[in-house]
Amino acid sequence: MGVENLFHGFQIAVTPFNLVVAVLGITLGTVIGVLPGLGGANGVAILLPLTFTMPPTSAIILLTSLYWGALFGGAITSVLFNIPGEPWSVATTFDGYPMARQGLGGQALTAAFTSSFIGALFSIVLITFFAPLLAEIALRFGPPEFFAIQLLTFSSFIGLGGGDPLKSLVSIVLGFILAAVGLDIVTGQLRMTFGFVDLMKGFDFIIAVIGLFGVGEILLSVEEGLSFKGTATGMNLRVVLDTWKILPRYARTFARGAFIGFWMGFKPGGATPASFMSYAFAKRFSKHPERFGKGEIEGVVAPETAAHAAGVAAMLPMITLGIPGSPTAAVMLGGLIIWGLQPGPLLFTEKPDFVWGLIASMYTGNFIGVLMVLAFVPFFAAILRIPFAILTPLIVVICAIGSYAVHNSMIDIWYMLIFGFVGYVFKKLDYPLAPLVLALVLGDLAENALRQSLIMSQGSLAIFVTRPIAGVITAVAIFFFVLPVVTPWWRRLRGATPQPS
Amino acid sequence: MRAVDLATASVLILLGGVVVLDSMRIGIGWGIDGPRSGFFPFWLGVILILASLTIGLQAWRRSTAKPFVTREQLGPVLKVLWPATAMVILIKPLGLYVAAALYMGFYMRWVGRHSWLAVALCAIGVPLLTFVVFEMWFLVPMPKGPLEGWLGY
Repeated sequence: MGVENLFHGFQIAVTPFNLVVAVLGITLGTVIGVLPGLGGANGVAILLPLTFTMPPTSAIILLTSLYWGALFGGAITSVLFNIPGEPWSVATTFDGYPMARQGLGGQALTAAFTSSFIGALFSIVLITFFAPLLAEIALRFGPPEFFAIQLLTFSSFIGLGGGDPLKSLVSIVLGFILAAVGLDIVTGQLRMTFGFVDLMKGFDFIIAVIGLFGVGEILLSVEEGLSFKGTATGMNLRVVLDTWKILPRYARTFARGAFIGFWMGFKPGGATPASFMSYAFAKRFSKHPERFGKGEIEGVVAPETAAHAAGVAAMLPMITLGIPGSPTAAVMLGGLIIWGLQPGPLLFTEKPDFVWGLIASMYTGNFIGVLMVLAFVPFFAAILRIPFAILTPLIVVICAIGSYAVHNSMIDIWYMLIFGFVGYVFKKLDYPLAPLVLALVLGDLAENALRQSLIMSQGSLAIFVTRPIAGVITAVAIFFFVLPVVTPWWRRLRGATPQPS
Repeated sequence: MRAVDLATASVLILLGGVVVLDSMRIGIGWGIDGPRSGFFPFWLGVILILASLTIGLQAWRRSTAKPFVTREQLGPVLKVLWPATAMVILIKPLGLYVAAALYMGFYMRWVGRHSWLAVALCAIGVPLLTFVVFEMWFLVPMPKGPLEGWLGY
């Protein structure tokens, strides 16, 4: 069943128009990934208005290709400039930059791109087989199950996010509150508008993404002094082929990274911990752990494989459940709604062309992507040599255009500026931004699921534990919620017991 | 660092208070057909207040020597922020393209000290390119001002 559908998908993805769209998306995405202040999420958000007139399948191919490009672009800045474009590229700088400093930039980049490709491919294959199954199971979900999944989504930010759990919680709640502003579609009442007409429309998460990630990031990067000391790429065919000869030695690192990436990745916020976990595992199992951090190629392979496997896996809950696994997936979900598609399990039965075209385009997109970045790295790296006084206003202008284009409304540009400032302050105080965006996207869905569940149960919260599937999901969610509370205790308990004995 | 942490927590507590009050106004209980409009936001507000309160208390107890932002860092940040704000103000009377051109040119000359030729090329070229992409290719209209009107758009 899966193979036939996939074949059908390829017939859609491999039309000349869609291939051109993919190449365009990857090029733009890589540029966006390289530029400071622009990453996958806000790149996709800014380009979203341009897709309104496209057929949905081509539109999603453009946006996903952009996403793959941005993931590849992040590796370029990490290796050559020691600037992780995204949090999950941080681990790549540990060994990637030292390699580049030693003149092995070409090797490091080849390893990074190849690992990305393999990690992504692993996740795509799993998506091809699991997505239809998951969608079928999800068809039987009712409101309580969906609310439980929402709980799980947000609990994993708190339990696995790694930062201050309270600040993650604040971020989530803030997102939900912003989502609640405006007209309550169930009762028709206005909420938190305080008589302002502009507040009636509520806050669009696309604007939040552009402001928080785009403008906020620019403010952070100008603060650091704006000097990019890049190293030469040192990339040619010889280097690529030689690196490919030694990469099979790290087959186990690849496998481990891909598996960790997929496993962590389909839960929100999983890409960053996945890349660090994969790096840590590679170091622990290595025969030469002392070489890590000084320019060991395995230290590039491990985090890149995991980060890309996770980045792709984030698409799985988006297409099957309508719940995005990452801010970028959230923006794409917003796109689906704008193009007139209802995200969720019904997509597989009602819009098979769209879903399978999308899945097939993941194969083609990543394949074209890895070839393109391997061939054009010097060109992409040259972007960072554009003077900062040009890049900075350029990015601010692009953000403003993107914000306006979503609804053709001037107030959105103001919101973008305000979100930019908030993003800057929050980032400096370690409030995570991704949960806020996801909560803003899912706010209405979560609230409706909660309300419908409560109506079903006559107001009893027990409905989330008594139904079998919802119960299991809720239990896992609660486990993640209490994890940050229990962990210090557990550590103290384990740390304290050996001493008296 | 501590002061900003405390200030942020206070703002969030205040925001939580506003949310809770507004939710109570529209009803947080059980209506005829299920939970009323204020039910969900009310509990969000409560959680926000409690969490921010705890964050504030933790910040109060912990004192860090690290400042939130140094004078050297604040300069460049403000240099981006206020011209950007000026640009947004100018969009209304001048249109987005002219405002963007002025903003880019100003920033390049003031912060980057680029030559007038480079400034003119970028400040005119970039808005022109976006005009072609958005208005002509993808038919996404941007706010326009007198210049575009004079040119016939």
